[in-house]
Amino acid sequence: MKILSVENLSRSFGGIKANNDISFEVTEGTILGVIGPNGAGKSTLFDLITGYTKTDNGKVSFFNKDISGLSPDKISSLGIGRTFQKLKPFADQTLLENVMIGSFVKEDNIKKARDKALEIIDFVDLIEKRHHFARELSTGQRKRLEMARAMAIEPKLLLMDEVTGGVDQKTIPGLVELIKKLKKSGVTIITIEHNINIIMEISDNILALDQGKRIAYGTPKEIQQNEEVIDSYLGTVDAT
Amino acid sequence: MDKLLIAKSEPLWNTDKRIISLISGLIVLLFALPHFGLNSFYLHLMIMIFMHAVMAQSWNVIAGFSGQISLGHGAFFGIGAYATSFLYVQYGISPWISIFLGMIVSGVAAVLIGIPMLRLSGHYFAIATLLIGISFQVIFQRWEWVGAASGVWVPMTSGDSLLALQFHSSKMPYYYIFLVFFIITFFLVWLLSRSKLGYRLRAVRDDPQAALSLCINVSNYKIIAYVISAMIMAPMGSLFAQYILIIDPDRVFNIEISIIVLLITVLGGIGNVWGPIVGAAILIPISEYSRIYLGGTGGAVDLILYGLILMLICIFRPEGLISFFPKNILERKKQR
Repeated sequence: MKILSVENLSRSFGGIKANNDISFEVTEGTILGVIGPNGAGKSTLFDLITGYTKTDNGKVSFFNKDISGLSPDKISSLGIGRTFQKLKPFADQTLLENVMIGSFVKEDNIKKARDKALEIIDFVDLIEKRHHFARELSTGQRKRLEMARAMAIEPKLLLMDEVTGGVDQKTIPGLVELIKKLKKSGVTIITIEHNINIIMEISDNILALDQGKRIAYGTPKEIQQNEEVIDSYLGTVDAT
Repeated sequence: MDKLLIAKSEPLWNTDKRIISLISGLIVLLFALPHFGLNSFYLHLMIMIFMHAVMAQSWNVIAGFSGQISLGHGAFFGIGAYATSFLYVQYGISPWISIFLGMIVSGVAAVLIGIPMLRLSGHYFAIATLLIGISFQVIFQRWEWVGAASGVWVPMTSGDSLLALQFHSSKMPYYYIFLVFFIITFFLVWLLSRSKLGYRLRAVRDDPQAALSLCINVSNYKIIAYVISAMIMAPMGSLFAQYILIIDPDRVFNIEISIIVLLITVLGGIGNVWGPIVGAAILIPISEYSRIYLGGTGGAVDLILYGLILMLICIFRPEGLISFFPKNILERKKQR
């Protein structure tokens, strides 16, 4: 079943077309990887879907309901969670408090909200850090915090912006496993990634952007063979 | 045992019996204190501490919990003061009723001010509220119906009257009334800080963008915090009016009120429920004594002293004096 449908989405900043006539669909229960060089418009696309930036043109539908123009809090209430490229933890609160703010969306009772938050923190494998302030956590741990916090609102669709960006190599496999675990739990995921090996491994479909435009959409295999993607992003290995 | 089960079995709050005993002991002590022969000056000093602690707590809700620096909070103090005095003088309504009317008027004013103002952020909100605070003073100075610049003189009852909230023979009844308001306010704000609303307000303070991604309507929550804050401030204006029985715009809408609540909270510890208590317990005696010993000859020496204290705190203890207390008596105990 189609969970998200993006039609002819456009947004300009001054003379720069950050997103130019982008269309694609996401099927429920799958992972869509979004790739593209820096400045391709990946994060802008996330901001347009989640209502953080207003669209100039185009339409975003979630379960066939038009959500374009809604405010970010309304969009998240419908079941679209997100993480941020530039991490936004509630720095002066503990990991547990951070996740509880998310779990309060579906749970009014403080004890139940706390227990649910603890289960999610356990899921992202940070249970021992639950009483640490967010500012005391490492970048990799803060990425997990953001995932946990977004999961706490029980999203049907989760948008993750560069989960493995800026973390050390040792941390990456754990984060990849976590994304796979999330998919297994039934959450549909759209993820922006720079690490091409990861995106090929985890994605069911890939959307490739360049200079604000969609240059390709297809399975990882199709993307790997797409000339335009190879030219603009993947590059070629010189045989000589 | 499984780590998750251990985590789930932890108490929600710090339930250390020593802390509960300490707080209970302090409350009993405060109730008993007037019977240890406190003279009128010390009763007055304690009343001022209770009153300013509540006022600072009001400011703590908007600034400490939701992160909006209001510099015009004196407006709500003034509204509370005028509500009881004016309604008593004009219509004979008991101050006990008009305390609540003052709270409602303050809450409505906060909504009306908050809707346009809270769209502003950071410094712009602070400047806007500063002007709102000053404009209230100017409006009341020129508003004939409420006595303009001469204000409202509450006619004195012939003797002590609980119904009219006037006590002439002793300050002790005022002491207990302010104390009860002080305890109730702190208990309610403590509950607020641990409620879903409290968590959400702190989210708005720490990162509004992230809060939006968690279904939190940031603008609405800022207004809710502003309204709660205004409704805590108003009763102190009402009680103060009954305490001095003469109010005028220069006294109850004075910018100094907006500044002192900020000073107390920053001194004690912003965003911490205990901060305003510590701040008021230290700053109010300094204020009263400096007025006695320095005010007459030195003019604004007490204000210079405030400035100096604030600078020292900002440089050396930005978390406020509460950070000197052992970690385990702070409200947000961390278990490592």
